Amino acid sequence: MKLTEEQVRYVAGLANLTLTEAEIHQYAHDLSDILTHIDKLNELNTDGVEPMAQVLFAAEETATLREDEPRPCLTNAEALANALVSGQGYYKVPRVIER
Amino acid sequence: MNIPSLTISSVRKGLTDRTFSAVELAQEALAFAKAENPKTNAYLTFSDERALAAARAVDAKLAAGEDPGVLAGVPVGVKDVISTRGVRTTCGSKLLEHYIPPYDATAIERLEAAGGVMIGKANCDEFAMGSSNENSAYGPVRNPVALDRVPGGSSGGSAAVVAQGTAVVSLGSDTGGSIRQPASFCGCVGVTPTYGRVSRYGLVAFASSLDHIGPFSRTVADSATLLTAIAGRDSRDATSALHEVQDYAAAMQQPLQGLKIGLPKEYFAGLANETGDRIQAGIEVLKKQGCEIVDVSLPHTEYAIEAYYIICTAEVSANLSRFDGVRFTTRSAKAETLIDMYKNSRGEGFGAEAKRRIMLGAYVLSHGYYDAYYIKAQRVRSLITRDFAQAFEKVDALITPVSPFPAFKLGEKVNDPLQMYLSDIYTITGSLAGIPCMNVPCGTTAEGLPVGMQILTKHFSEDLMFRIAHQYEMSGGFSA
Repeated sequence: MKLTEEQVRYVAGLANLTLTEAEIHQYAHDLSDILTHIDKLNELNTDGVEPMAQVLFAAEETATLREDEPRPCLTNAEALANALVSGQGYYKVPRVIER
Repeated sequence: MNIPSLTISSVRKGLTDRTFSAVELAQEALAFAKAENPKTNAYLTFSDERALAAARAVDAKLAAGEDPGVLAGVPVGVKDVISTRGVRTTCGSKLLEHYIPPYDATAIERLEAAGGVMIGKANCDEFAMGSSNENSAYGPVRNPVALDRVPGGSSGGSAAVVAQGTAVVSLGSDTGGSIRQPASFCGCVGVTPTYGRVSRYGLVAFASSLDHIGPFSRTVADSATLLTAIAGRDSRDATSALHEVQDYAAAMQQPLQGLKIGLPKEYFAGLANETGDRIQAGIEVLKKQGCEIVDVSLPHTEYAIEAYYIICTAEVSANLSRFDGVRFTTRSAKAETLIDMYKNSRGEGFGAEAKRRIMLGAYVLSHGYYDAYYIKAQRVRSLITRDFAQAFEKVDALITPVSPFPAFKLGEKVNDPLQMYLSDIYTITGSLAGIPCMNVPCGTTAEGLPVGMQILTKHFSEDLMFRIAHQYEMSGGFSA
Protein backbone atom coordinates (compact mmCIF):
# COMPACT_ATOMS: atom_id res chain seq x y z
CA MET A 1 0.00 0.00 0.00
CA LYS A 2 1.49 3.33 -1.10
CA LEU A 3 0.45 6.54 0.57
CA THR A 4 0.58 9.78 -1.43
CA GLU A 5 1.56 13.11 0.13
CA GLU A 6 -2.01 14.23 -0.39
CA GLN A 7 -3.26 11.28 1.70
CA VAL A 8 -0.69 12.11 4.37
CA ARG A 9 -2.04 15.66 4.54
CA TYR A 10 -5.58 14.32 4.89
CA VAL A 11 -4.58 11.95 7.73
CA ALA A 12 -2.63 14.73 9.47
CA GLY A 13 -5.87 16.72 9.41
CA LEU A 14 -7.77 13.83 10.99
CA ALA A 15 -5.08 13.56 13.66
CA ASN A 16 -4.99 17.32 14.36
CA LEU A 17 -1.29 17.55 13.56
CA THR A 18 0.49 20.40 11.82
CA LEU A 19 3.31 18.83 9.80
CA THR A 20 6.12 20.53 7.90
CA GLU A 21 6.63 19.80 4.20
CA ALA A 22 9.68 17.74 5.09
CA GLU A 23 7.64 15.69 7.57
CA ILE A 24 4.88 15.09 5.02
CA HIS A 25 7.46 13.83 2.57
CA GLN A 26 9.11 11.62 5.20
CA TYR A 27 5.85 10.13 6.52
CA ALA A 28 4.59 9.36 2.99
CA HIS A 29 7.72 7.23 2.63
CA ASP A 30 7.69 5.69 6.15
CA LEU A 31 3.97 4.90 6.25
CA SER A 32 4.07 3.40 2.74
CA ASP A 33 6.89 1.13 3.87
CA ILE A 34 5.05 0.04 7.00
CA LEU A 35 1.69 -0.39 5.27
CA THR A 36 3.29 -2.49 2.53
CA HIS A 37 4.63 -4.75 5.25
CA ILE A 38 1.23 -4.84 6.95
CA ASP A 39 -0.39 -6.04 3.70
CA LYS A 40 1.02 -9.45 4.66
CA LEU A 41 -2.06 -9.89 6.87
CA ASN A 42 -4.15 -10.32 3.71
CA GLU A 43 -2.51 -13.72 3.20
CA LEU A 44 -4.35 -14.97 6.23
CA ASN A 45 -7.97 -16.09 6.05
CA THR A 46 -9.70 -14.83 9.20
CA ASP A 47 -13.30 -15.63 8.18
CA GLY A 48 -15.29 -16.67 11.21
CA VAL A 49 -12.64 -15.54 13.71
CA GLU A 50 -13.97 -13.19 16.38
CA PRO A 51 -12.09 -9.88 16.71
CA MET A 52 -10.34 -9.74 20.09
CA ALA A 53 -11.28 -6.42 21.65
CA GLN A 54 -10.27 -7.25 25.20
CA VAL A 55 -7.64 -9.52 26.70
CA LEU A 56 -9.62 -11.40 29.26
CA PHE A 57 -11.85 -10.57 32.09
CA ALA A 58 -13.14 -13.70 33.71
CA ALA A 59 -15.93 -12.21 35.81
CA GLU A 60 -19.54 -11.20 35.57
CA GLU A 61 -20.33 -8.06 33.65
CA THR A 62 -21.40 -6.36 36.85
CA ALA A 63 -18.13 -7.10 38.65
CA THR A 64 -16.75 -3.64 38.06
CA LEU A 65 -19.87 -1.74 39.11
CA ARG A 66 -19.92 0.15 42.39
CA GLU A 67 -22.41 2.18 44.39
CA ASP A 68 -22.93 5.61 42.83
CA GLU A 69 -21.71 7.62 45.80
CA PRO A 70 -19.65 10.80 45.80
CA ARG A 71 -15.94 10.24 46.30
CA PRO A 72 -13.07 12.67 46.73
CA CYS A 73 -11.79 14.12 43.46
CA LEU A 74 -9.30 16.71 42.28
CA THR A 75 -10.01 20.27 43.35
CA ASN A 76 -10.59 22.93 40.73
CA ALA A 77 -7.14 24.38 41.45
CA GLU A 78 -5.45 20.96 41.12
CA ALA A 79 -7.23 20.25 37.83
CA LEU A 80 -6.14 23.60 36.41
CA ALA A 81 -2.61 23.58 37.83
CA ASN A 82 -1.01 22.18 34.66
CA ALA A 83 -2.87 24.39 32.20
CA LEU A 84 -0.67 27.01 30.55
CA VAL A 85 -3.60 29.44 30.34
CA SER A 86 -6.48 29.48 32.80
CA GLY A 87 -8.56 31.98 34.68
CA GLN A 88 -11.73 32.32 36.80
CA GLY A 89 -11.58 28.59 37.46
CA TYR A 90 -11.65 27.62 33.77
CA TYR A 91 -9.31 26.58 31.00
CA LYS A 92 -8.81 29.40 28.51
CA VAL A 93 -8.59 28.69 24.79
CA PRO A 94 -8.45 30.82 21.62
CA ARG A 95 -11.74 31.89 20.11
CA VAL A 96 -13.92 29.06 18.83
CA ILE A 97 -16.75 30.87 17.03
CA GLU A 98 -16.20 33.34 14.20
CA ARG A 99 -18.09 36.58 14.71
CA MET B 1 27.50 0.78 51.98
CA ASN B 2 27.75 -0.71 48.51
CA ILE B 3 24.56 0.46 46.80
CA PRO B 4 24.89 -1.65 43.59
CA SER B 5 25.05 -4.91 45.55
CA LEU B 6 21.87 -4.31 47.57
CA THR B 7 18.78 -6.49 47.28
CA ILE B 8 15.37 -6.10 48.92
CA SER B 9 16.35 -8.62 51.61
CA SER B 10 19.81 -7.12 52.27
CA VAL B 11 18.20 -3.69 52.70
CA ARG B 12 15.80 -5.22 55.21
CA LYS B 13 18.67 -6.86 57.07
CA GLY B 14 20.61 -3.58 57.15
CA LEU B 15 17.58 -1.80 58.61
CA THR B 16 16.80 -4.40 61.28
CA ASP B 17 20.49 -4.78 62.23
CA ARG B 18 20.68 -0.98 62.39
CA THR B 19 23.63 -0.95 60.01
CA PHE B 20 21.90 2.03 58.40
CA SER B 21 18.60 3.86 58.69
CA ALA B 22 16.18 4.25 55.79
CA VAL B 23 16.98 7.97 55.65
CA GLU B 24 20.74 7.29 55.52
CA LEU B 25 20.20 4.75 52.74
CA ALA B 26 17.98 7.16 50.77
CA GLN B 27 20.55 9.95 51.09
CA GLU B 28 23.39 7.71 50.02
CA ALA B 29 21.41 6.16 47.16
CA LEU B 30 20.44 9.62 45.87
CA ALA B 31 24.03 10.89 46.05
CA PHE B 32 25.30 7.78 44.27
CA ALA B 33 22.63 7.92 41.56
CA LYS B 34 23.33 11.61 40.92
CA ALA B 35 27.07 10.99 40.65
CA GLU B 36 26.63 8.05 38.26
CA ASN B 37 23.82 9.50 36.12
CA PRO B 38 25.94 11.55 33.69
CA LYS B 39 27.38 8.27 32.34
CA THR B 40 24.01 6.91 31.22
CA ASN B 41 21.35 9.68 31.37
CA ALA B 42 19.08 7.07 32.93
CA TYR B 43 17.28 9.40 35.37
CA LEU B 44 15.40 12.48 34.18
CA THR B 45 14.32 13.76 37.59
CA PHE B 46 15.41 13.04 41.17
CA SER B 47 12.72 13.08 43.83
CA ASP B 48 14.78 13.86 46.95
CA GLU B 49 11.97 15.32 48.99
CA ARG B 50 9.60 12.49 48.35
CA ALA B 51 12.31 9.85 48.90
CA LEU B 52 13.29 11.32 52.25
CA ALA B 53 9.66 11.58 53.38
CA ALA B 54 9.09 7.91 52.49
CA ALA B 55 12.34 6.91 54.24
CA ARG B 56 11.41 8.86 57.39
CA ALA B 57 8.07 7.02 57.46
CA VAL B 58 9.92 3.68 57.32
CA ASP B 59 12.29 4.70 60.11
CA ALA B 60 9.35 5.84 62.26
CA LYS B 61 7.60 2.49 61.79
CA LEU B 62 10.75 0.58 62.66
CA ALA B 63 11.25 2.72 65.77
CA ALA B 64 7.66 2.08 66.82
CA GLY B 65 8.03 -1.65 66.29
CA GLU B 66 5.49 -1.63 63.41
CA ASP B 67 5.76 -3.57 60.14
CA PRO B 68 7.50 -1.22 57.69
CA GLY B 69 6.37 -3.25 54.64
CA VAL B 70 8.05 -5.75 52.32
CA LEU B 71 9.85 -3.01 50.36
CA ALA B 72 10.99 -1.11 53.47
CA GLY B 73 13.66 1.45 52.58
CA VAL B 74 14.32 0.01 49.12
CA PRO B 75 15.50 2.67 46.60
CA VAL B 76 13.30 2.44 43.51
CA GLY B 77 13.48 4.05 40.07
CA VAL B 78 10.18 4.71 38.30
CA LYS B 79 9.66 5.03 34.55
CA ASP B 80 8.62 8.53 33.64
CA VAL B 81 5.29 7.46 32.14
CA ILE B 82 3.96 6.55 35.60
CA SER B 83 2.20 9.44 37.34
CA THR B 84 3.75 10.65 40.57
CA ARG B 85 1.99 13.33 42.57
CA GLY B 86 4.16 16.43 42.88
CA VAL B 87 7.03 14.90 40.90
CA ARG B 88 7.46 15.91 37.25
CA THR B 89 6.33 13.23 34.80
CA THR B 90 7.53 13.96 31.26
CA CYS B 91 6.82 10.68 29.43
CA GLY B 92 10.11 11.42 27.66
CA SER B 93 8.25 14.14 25.74
CA LYS B 94 8.95 17.84 25.28
CA LEU B 95 5.21 18.27 25.40
CA LEU B 96 5.13 17.36 29.11
CA GLU B 97 8.37 19.05 30.12
CA HIS B 98 6.68 20.91 32.98
CA TYR B 99 3.85 18.49 33.82
CA ILE B 100 3.44 17.74 37.51
CA PRO B 101 0.70 15.14 38.09
CA PRO B 102 -1.88 16.01 40.76
CA TYR B 103 -2.26 12.33 41.71
CA ASP B 104 -0.30 9.08 42.09
CA ALA B 105 -0.61 5.95 39.98
CA THR B 106 -1.99 3.02 41.98
CA ALA B 107 1.33 1.20 41.56
CA ILE B 108 3.10 4.15 43.24
CA GLU B 109 0.61 4.26 46.12
CA ARG B 110 1.16 0.53 46.70
CA LEU B 111 4.94 0.82 46.31
CA GLU B 112 5.08 3.45 49.05
CA ALA B 113 2.52 1.68 51.23
CA ALA B 114 4.94 -1.27 51.21
CA GLY B 115 7.80 1.00 52.32
CA GLY B 116 9.44 1.55 48.90
CA VAL B 117 11.45 4.74 48.43
CA MET B 118 11.17 6.31 44.99
CA ILE B 119 14.41 8.17 44.31
CA GLY B 120 13.76 9.34 40.76
CA LYS B 121 12.03 9.09 37.41
CA ALA B 122 13.67 7.04 34.70
CA ASN B 123 14.19 8.12 31.09
CA CYS B 124 12.23 6.35 28.33
CA ASP B 125 11.19 6.59 24.71
CA GLU B 126 8.59 9.30 24.18
CA PHE B 127 5.23 8.01 25.47
CA ALA B 128 6.89 4.56 25.68
CA MET B 129 7.16 4.24 21.90
CA GLY B 130 10.46 2.79 20.82
CA SER B 131 12.89 -0.08 21.15
CA SER B 132 16.13 1.80 21.84
CA ASN B 133 15.36 4.76 24.12
CA GLU B 134 16.57 7.04 21.32
CA ASN B 135 13.09 8.58 21.01
CA SER B 136 13.36 10.45 24.31
CA ALA B 137 13.19 14.24 24.00
CA TYR B 138 15.80 14.34 26.79
CA GLY B 139 18.48 12.40 24.96
CA PRO B 140 19.12 8.67 24.75
CA VAL B 141 20.08 6.45 27.66
CA ARG B 142 23.42 4.70 27.35
CA ASN B 143 23.63 1.00 28.19
CA PRO B 144 25.62 0.68 31.46
CA VAL B 145 27.17 -2.57 30.18
CA ALA B 146 28.55 -0.90 27.01
CA LEU B 147 28.18 2.88 26.92
CA ASP B 148 28.25 3.14 23.11
CA ARG B 149 25.17 0.94 22.89
CA VAL B 150 21.44 1.43 23.45
CA PRO B 151 19.84 0.07 26.64
CA GLY B 152 16.79 -1.08 24.67
CA GLY B 153 13.40 0.50 24.99
CA SER B 154 11.08 1.84 25.75
CA SER B 155 11.88 1.32 29.46
CA GLY B 156 15.60 1.89 28.81
CA GLY B 157 16.11 4.08 31.87
CA SER B 158 14.37 1.61 34.19
CA ALA B 159 16.63 -1.20 32.97
CA ALA B 160 19.74 0.96 33.13
CA VAL B 161 19.25 2.14 36.74
CA VAL B 162 19.01 -1.47 37.90
CA ALA B 163 21.95 -2.65 35.75
CA GLN B 164 24.03 0.35 36.80
CA GLY B 165 23.15 -0.23 40.44
CA THR B 166 21.68 3.21 41.09
CA ALA B 167 18.39 1.61 42.21
CA VAL B 168 17.71 -1.80 43.75
CA VAL B 169 14.57 -2.31 41.68
CA SER B 170 12.56 -0.22 39.24
CA LEU B 171 9.17 -0.01 37.59
CA GLY B 172 8.75 0.06 33.83
CA SER B 173 5.91 -0.38 31.40
CA ASP B 174 5.55 -2.88 28.59
CA THR B 175 3.25 -2.68 25.58
CA GLY B 176 5.08 -4.83 23.02
CA GLY B 177 8.31 -5.73 24.82
CA SER B 178 9.29 -2.48 26.54
CA ILE B 179 10.27 -4.22 29.79
CA ARG B 180 11.66 -7.53 28.52
CA GLN B 181 13.80 -6.19 25.67
CA PRO B 182 15.69 -3.54 27.71
CA ALA B 183 16.09 -6.08 30.54
CA SER B 184 17.73 -8.43 28.04
CA PHE B 185 19.97 -5.67 26.61
CA CYS B 186 21.12 -4.57 30.09
CA GLY B 187 21.35 -8.02 31.69
CA CYS B 188 18.69 -7.80 34.36
CA VAL B 189 15.38 -9.42 35.25
CA GLY B 190 12.31 -7.76 33.73
CA VAL B 191 8.73 -8.93 34.17
CA THR B 192 5.58 -8.27 32.16
CA PRO B 193 2.76 -9.69 34.26
CA THR B 194 -0.62 -10.88 32.99
CA TYR B 195 -2.68 -8.07 31.44
CA GLY B 196 -4.73 -6.59 34.28
CA ARG B 197 -2.53 -8.00 37.05
CA VAL B 198 -1.26 -4.50 37.95
CA SER B 199 -3.60 -1.52 37.81
CA ARG B 200 -2.94 0.87 34.93
CA TYR B 201 -4.47 3.79 36.85
CA GLY B 202 -1.96 6.62 36.54
CA LEU B 203 0.08 4.94 33.80
CA VAL B 204 -0.06 7.50 30.98
CA ALA B 205 -1.95 5.54 28.33
CA PHE B 206 -0.14 4.40 25.18
CA ALA B 207 -2.14 1.37 23.93
CA SER B 208 -4.70 0.54 26.59
CA SER B 209 -5.40 -3.06 25.59
CA LEU B 210 -1.66 -3.84 25.68
CA ASP B 211 -0.18 -1.63 28.43
CA HIS B 212 1.32 -3.27 31.53
CA ILE B 213 3.32 -2.01 34.52
CA GLY B 214 6.02 -4.41 35.70
CA PRO B 215 9.25 -4.71 37.71
CA PHE B 216 12.98 -4.75 36.92
CA SER B 217 15.57 -6.19 39.32
CA ARG B 218 18.93 -7.93 39.56
CA THR B 219 17.47 -11.07 41.17
CA VAL B 220 14.29 -13.01 40.42
CA ALA B 221 13.25 -12.81 44.07
CA ASP B 222 13.26 -9.00 44.00
CA SER B 223 10.92 -8.81 40.99
CA ALA B 224 8.65 -11.39 42.63
CA THR B 225 8.48 -9.33 45.82
CA LEU B 226 7.91 -6.04 44.00
CA LEU B 227 5.16 -7.50 41.79
CA THR B 228 3.40 -9.02 44.82
CA ALA B 229 3.38 -5.56 46.41
CA ILE B 230 1.89 -3.66 43.45
CA ALA B 231 -0.46 -6.27 41.93
CA GLY B 232 -4.18 -6.68 42.52
CA ARG B 233 -7.61 -5.34 41.80
CA ASP B 234 -8.11 -1.59 41.74
CA SER B 235 -11.57 -0.11 41.31
CA ARG B 236 -10.03 2.80 39.38
CA ASP B 237 -8.96 0.49 36.54
CA ALA B 238 -11.93 -1.51 35.27
CA THR B 239 -9.58 -3.88 33.41
CA SER B 240 -7.60 -4.77 36.54
CA ALA B 241 -8.12 -8.42 37.38
CA LEU B 242 -10.14 -9.79 40.28
CA HIS B 243 -7.83 -12.81 40.69
CA GLU B 244 -6.26 -13.11 44.10
CA VAL B 245 -2.58 -12.10 44.20
CA GLN B 246 -0.16 -14.83 45.22
CA ASP B 247 3.03 -14.37 47.21
CA TYR B 248 5.26 -14.94 44.20
CA ALA B 249 8.52 -15.07 46.16
CA ALA B 250 7.14 -17.79 48.43
CA ALA B 251 5.86 -19.81 45.45
CA MET B 252 9.18 -20.19 43.66
CA GLN B 253 11.15 -22.53 45.91
CA GLN B 254 9.77 -25.77 44.47
CA PRO B 255 12.12 -27.72 42.11
CA LEU B 256 11.34 -28.00 38.39
CA GLN B 257 11.42 -31.80 38.13
CA GLY B 258 8.71 -33.05 35.75
CA LEU B 259 7.75 -29.72 34.18
CA LYS B 260 7.15 -29.66 30.45
CA ILE B 261 8.83 -26.76 28.69
CA GLY B 262 7.87 -25.94 25.09
CA LEU B 263 10.17 -24.47 22.47
CA PRO B 264 8.08 -22.79 19.75
CA LYS B 265 9.84 -23.66 16.50
CA GLU B 266 8.91 -20.32 14.88
CA TYR B 267 11.13 -18.52 17.41
CA PHE B 268 14.23 -20.58 16.78
CA ALA B 269 14.23 -20.73 12.98
CA GLY B 270 17.13 -18.63 11.77
CA LEU B 271 18.51 -17.97 15.24
CA ALA B 272 21.90 -19.44 14.43
CA ASN B 273 23.99 -16.87 16.25
CA GLU B 274 25.42 -16.21 19.68
CA THR B 275 21.96 -15.33 21.00
CA GLY B 276 20.71 -18.75 19.90
CA ASP B 277 23.74 -20.47 21.47
CA ARG B 278 23.24 -18.76 24.85
CA ILE B 279 19.56 -19.72 24.89
CA GLN B 280 20.36 -23.34 23.97
CA ALA B 281 22.78 -23.39 26.91
CA GLY B 282 19.99 -22.02 29.10
CA ILE B 283 17.64 -24.77 27.93
CA GLU B 284 20.31 -27.34 28.86
CA VAL B 285 20.32 -25.95 32.41
CA LEU B 286 16.55 -26.47 32.61
CA LYS B 287 16.92 -30.00 31.23
CA LYS B 288 19.44 -30.81 33.99
CA GLN B 289 16.84 -29.60 36.49
CA GLY B 290 14.51 -32.34 35.27
CA CYS B 291 12.40 -30.39 32.77
CA GLU B 292 11.13 -32.22 29.75
CA ILE B 293 11.77 -30.17 26.61
CA VAL B 294 9.06 -30.39 23.93
CA ASP B 295 8.87 -28.82 20.47
CA VAL B 296 5.68 -26.85 19.89
CA SER B 297 4.33 -24.56 17.20
CA LEU B 298 2.70 -21.13 17.40
CA PRO B 299 1.69 -20.96 13.74
CA HIS B 300 0.47 -17.36 13.58
CA THR B 301 3.68 -15.85 14.96
CA GLU B 302 4.68 -14.45 11.57
CA TYR B 303 1.62 -12.15 11.57
CA ALA B 304 2.15 -10.73 15.05
CA ILE B 305 4.17 -7.63 14.21
CA GLU B 306 1.70 -6.50 11.58
CA ALA B 307 -1.29 -7.02 13.87
CA TYR B 308 0.51 -5.33 16.75
CA TYR B 309 1.46 -2.19 14.85
CA ILE B 310 -2.14 -1.75 13.68
CA ILE B 311 -3.69 -2.24 17.13
CA CYS B 312 -1.13 -0.25 19.07
CA THR B 313 -1.07 2.71 16.68
CA ALA B 314 -4.88 2.81 16.53
CA GLU B 315 -4.97 3.02 20.33
CA VAL B 316 -2.14 5.59 20.32
CA SER B 317 -3.98 7.91 17.97
CA ALA B 318 -6.99 7.85 20.30
CA ASN B 319 -5.09 8.05 23.60
CA LEU B 320 -2.73 10.83 22.57
CA SER B 321 -5.57 13.05 21.38
CA ARG B 322 -5.78 14.36 24.95
CA PHE B 323 -2.53 16.27 24.42
CA ASP B 324 -4.14 19.25 22.75
CA GLY B 325 -2.52 22.29 24.34
CA VAL B 326 -5.35 22.88 26.83
CA ARG B 327 -4.69 20.89 30.00
CA PHE B 328 -1.07 19.74 29.86
CA THR B 329 1.44 22.55 30.26
CA THR B 330 2.55 23.33 26.71
CA ARG B 331 0.72 25.24 24.02
CA SER B 332 1.83 26.60 20.68
CA ALA B 333 2.34 30.36 20.66
CA LYS B 334 1.34 30.41 17.00
CA ALA B 335 -2.42 30.04 16.86
CA GLU B 336 -5.35 32.39 16.36
CA THR B 337 -8.10 29.78 16.46
CA LEU B 338 -8.84 26.77 18.62
CA ILE B 339 -8.27 24.22 15.88
CA ASP B 340 -4.92 25.74 14.95
CA MET B 341 -3.96 25.76 18.60
CA TYR B 342 -4.62 21.99 18.76
CA LYS B 343 -2.77 21.26 15.54
CA ASN B 344 0.25 23.47 16.20
CA SER B 345 0.61 22.44 19.85
CA ARG B 346 0.67 18.78 18.80
CA GLY B 347 2.84 19.37 15.74
CA GLU B 348 5.43 21.25 17.81
CA GLY B 349 5.19 19.08 20.94
CA PHE B 350 5.34 15.48 19.70
CA GLY B 351 8.56 13.90 18.47
CA ALA B 352 9.00 12.09 15.17
CA GLU B 353 8.08 8.57 16.31
CA ALA B 354 5.00 9.70 18.25
CA LYS B 355 3.77 11.56 15.18
CA ARG B 356 4.52 8.59 12.93
CA ARG B 357 2.42 6.30 15.12
CA ILE B 358 -0.42 8.79 15.56
CA MET B 359 -0.55 9.12 11.75
CA LEU B 360 -0.51 5.37 11.16
CA GLY B 361 -3.20 4.90 13.80
CA ALA B 362 -5.40 7.65 12.39
CA TYR B 363 -5.02 6.08 8.94
CA VAL B 364 -5.94 2.51 9.95
CA LEU B 365 -8.98 3.81 11.83
CA SER B 366 -10.11 6.14 9.05
CA HIS B 367 -13.27 5.70 7.04
CA GLY B 368 -12.99 2.84 4.56
CA TYR B 369 -9.93 1.27 6.19
CA TYR B 370 -11.22 0.38 9.66
CA ASP B 371 -12.40 -3.14 8.76
CA ALA B 372 -9.47 -3.92 6.47
CA TYR B 373 -6.88 -2.98 9.09
CA TYR B 374 -8.16 -2.64 12.63
CA ILE B 375 -10.80 -5.39 12.69
CA LYS B 376 -8.52 -7.67 10.67
CA ALA B 377 -5.72 -7.14 13.21
CA GLN B 378 -8.08 -7.92 16.09
CA ARG B 379 -9.03 -11.18 14.40
CA VAL B 380 -5.36 -12.07 14.01
CA ARG B 381 -4.89 -11.23 17.69
CA SER B 382 -7.52 -13.87 18.50
CA LEU B 383 -5.58 -16.43 16.45
CA ILE B 384 -2.29 -15.61 18.17
CA THR B 385 -3.93 -15.90 21.59
CA ARG B 386 -5.46 -19.23 20.56
CA ASP B 387 -2.00 -20.48 19.50
CA PHE B 388 -0.77 -19.93 23.05
CA ALA B 389 -3.83 -21.58 24.61
CA GLN B 390 -3.26 -24.66 22.45
CA ALA B 391 0.45 -24.78 23.30
CA PHE B 392 -0.33 -24.57 27.02
CA GLU B 393 -2.52 -27.68 26.70
CA LYS B 394 0.71 -29.55 25.94
CA VAL B 395 3.32 -27.75 28.04
CA ASP B 396 3.57 -25.81 31.31
CA ALA B 397 5.72 -22.98 30.01
CA LEU B 398 7.47 -21.74 26.89
CA ILE B 399 11.07 -20.63 26.45
CA THR B 400 12.03 -18.25 23.63
CA PRO B 401 14.60 -15.56 22.90
CA VAL B 402 13.69 -11.99 23.88
CA SER B 403 15.52 -10.22 21.07
CA PRO B 404 17.09 -11.60 17.90
CA PHE B 405 20.33 -9.74 18.73
CA PRO B 406 22.05 -8.13 21.72
CA ALA B 407 22.22 -4.36 22.37
CA PHE B 408 23.04 -2.47 19.16
CA LYS B 409 25.04 0.73 18.80
CA LEU B 410 23.45 4.12 19.38
CA GLY B 411 22.25 5.48 16.04
CA GLU B 412 22.52 2.13 14.27
CA LYS B 413 18.81 1.66 13.54
CA VAL B 414 17.40 5.08 14.26
CA ASN B 415 16.72 6.01 10.63
CA ASP B 416 14.81 2.86 9.75
CA PRO B 417 11.54 2.66 11.68
CA LEU B 418 10.46 -0.57 10.00
CA GLN B 419 13.67 -2.39 11.02
CA MET B 420 13.20 -1.06 14.55
CA TYR B 421 9.63 -2.45 14.63
CA LEU B 422 10.79 -5.85 13.36
CA SER B 423 13.23 -6.16 16.29
CA ASP B 424 10.20 -6.66 18.58
CA ILE B 425 9.38 -9.99 16.92
CA TYR B 426 9.76 -12.26 19.98
CA THR B 427 8.09 -10.06 22.58
CA ILE B 428 4.99 -8.87 20.75
CA THR B 429 3.12 -12.19 20.69
CA GLY B 430 3.01 -12.51 24.49
CA SER B 431 1.80 -8.90 24.71
CA LEU B 432 -1.03 -9.52 22.25
CA ALA B 433 -2.15 -12.61 24.20
CA GLY B 434 -1.82 -10.77 27.54
CA ILE B 435 0.07 -13.65 29.17
CA PRO B 436 2.83 -13.27 31.76
CA CYS B 437 6.33 -13.22 30.29
CA MET B 438 9.73 -12.23 31.60
CA ASN B 439 13.37 -11.82 30.70
CA VAL B 440 16.06 -13.71 32.58
CA PRO B 441 19.71 -13.11 31.76
CA CYS B 442 21.42 -16.15 30.23
CA GLY B 443 25.05 -15.25 29.77
CA THR B 444 26.82 -12.89 27.41
CA THR B 445 28.22 -12.81 23.88
CA ALA B 446 31.97 -12.97 23.23
CA GLU B 447 31.90 -9.15 23.28
CA GLY B 448 30.38 -9.24 26.77
CA LEU B 449 26.88 -8.15 25.76
CA PRO B 450 24.01 -9.67 27.79
CA VAL B 451 21.62 -12.16 26.19
CA GLY B 452 18.14 -12.73 27.59
CA MET B 453 15.84 -15.72 27.65
CA GLN B 454 12.07 -15.30 27.76
CA ILE B 455 9.80 -17.44 29.95
CA LEU B 456 6.08 -17.39 29.13
CA THR B 457 3.25 -19.07 31.04
CA LYS B 458 -0.56 -19.11 31.07
CA HIS B 459 -2.65 -16.15 32.18
CA PHE B 460 -2.18 -15.58 35.95
CA SER B 461 0.54 -18.25 36.21
CA GLU B 462 3.19 -15.80 37.38
CA ASP B 463 3.95 -18.22 40.23
CA LEU B 464 5.18 -20.87 37.79
CA MET B 465 7.06 -18.30 35.70
CA PHE B 466 8.94 -17.00 38.76
CA ARG B 467 9.62 -20.55 39.93
CA ILE B 468 11.30 -21.48 36.64
CA ALA B 469 13.27 -18.22 36.62
CA HIS B 470 14.38 -18.59 40.24
CA GLN B 471 15.44 -22.23 39.95
CA TYR B 472 17.29 -21.32 36.76
CA GLU B 473 19.08 -18.48 38.56
CA MET B 474 19.94 -20.69 41.55
CA SER B 475 21.57 -23.28 39.29
CA GLY B 476 23.90 -20.67 37.84
CA GLY B 477 21.87 -20.08 34.71
CA PHE B 478 22.25 -16.28 34.63
CA SER B 479 25.90 -16.73 33.70
CA ALA B 480 25.37 -19.96 31.71
